Amino acid sequence: MCVRGERAVFANLSFRVEAGDALLLVGPNGSGKSSLLRLMALLLHPASGRLTWDDRSVADDSEAHAARTRYVGHLDAIKPVLALRENVAFWARLAGAGTTHVDAALEAFNLTRLAQVPGRLLSAGQKRRANLARLVAAPAPLWLLDEPTTALDRASIALLEDRLARHRAEGGMVVLSTHQDIVLPGARVLALDRFAPGLARPASARPLLEPAS
Amino acid sequence: MIAVFLTVLGRDIRLAVRQGTDSLMVVAFFVVTVVLFPFGVGPESAVLERISAGVLWVTALLASMLSLDRLFQQDYEDGSLDHLTRAPAPLAGIVAAKVAAHWLTTALPLIAAAPLLAILLHMRPEGFAVLVVAMVLGTPTLSLIGAVGAALVLGARRGGVLVALLILPLYVPVLIFGVSAVDAAVMGFAYTAQIKILAALLMASLVLCPLATSLALRQALE
Repeated sequence: MCVRGERAVFANLSFRVEAGDALLLVGPNGSGKSSLLRLMALLLHPASGRLTWDDRSVADDSEAHAARTRYVGHLDAIKPVLALRENVAFWARLAGAGTTHVDAALEAFNLTRLAQVPGRLLSAGQKRRANLARLVAAPAPLWLLDEPTTALDRASIALLEDRLARHRAEGGMVVLSTHQDIVLPGARVLALDRFAPGLARPASARPLLEPAS
Repeated sequence: MIAVFLTVLGRDIRLAVRQGTDSLMVVAFFVVTVVLFPFGVGPESAVLERISAGVLWVTALLASMLSLDRLFQQDYEDGSLDHLTRAPAPLAGIVAAKVAAHWLTTALPLIAAAPLLAILLHMRPEGFAVLVVAMVLGTPTLSLIGAVGAALVLGARRGGVLVALLILPLYVPVLIFGVSAVDAAVMGFAYTAQIKILAALLMASLVLCPLATSLALRQALE
């Protein structure tokens, strides 16, 4: 169960993500998509319940969990006075990945041309792509993406879809929330509004996850 | 751990250097405020000499507080803090790196300016070296205590005023022993005890403050 500001957002939620899986979080505004992703990133703590990785509670070793997950939130964490490449390189170094993948990451999101442009001159979509480039610059098995397509144009969404497919082909996992259409073949869908507390309906009464239509 | 510390330290110093006005502003505030005192209490050298240590310390303390909002506020607003807390290293270490960068870019210029302003206030030359040593030991404590306050008020409206109310009382021990060390040196008394107490305060805050700050930061992100 997750409680935000004394209001329970969702409860009785249970799911697992296997290697190569993609889980799409859907639901209206305020149904807890961001809260669930922040919970999985250990930025929030559940009011009750357990989060496990290979049957071991992630709270026992939060640093190890941070190392194997990448979180992309609503805010892009791009410093206005640092060049785009410096921004991405900093986050890659902080994650312990070094700077070896940084240029490949910029290439992956079509940012090579903008590498030396300071963050304050980047558009919202370019900042978002720089934020996403961290995923490639510092590889990790589990990606937690909170509406990653916000501000992206169609071509950039295609770049992201391509990266998501490659990541899953390599055995990576993706948990993603979105309001827009995104191509995620074989993704399972988790509708969070069904787990809003107060609905007198046991979670097991309905199938928890359904294949994407 | 060391690599993460150096990465964060380097990034924060680079940010401070590129946004150079922030550091300059702190030194400018320090200089301008100290210069106001001769106008306020009159140019009589005996009076100025008597109050010089206190004026320099109180002003340095206020100046160091002035820059505290820069420590976490921007990282909080642009989402960087989410990722900093998720680095594969203890958050206390990252806090220590950020405080170290903050001290290097704001307090170090103050320490450099302090002896020059001491001349302006007619402090006797015997006090200069002790003033610098006391400030080198005392100002990191101010930055460390300030970090706890800055982390606690993250997300609060009018955080600047709140942080002053929270941490100024905690600055008092540093102020007392900092001023007393300089006064003792000027009057020819032993001052090693005060310096040792300043060092002890630094050691204690070096252990406690990063931990308290990291707890406050996690709370702010909830």
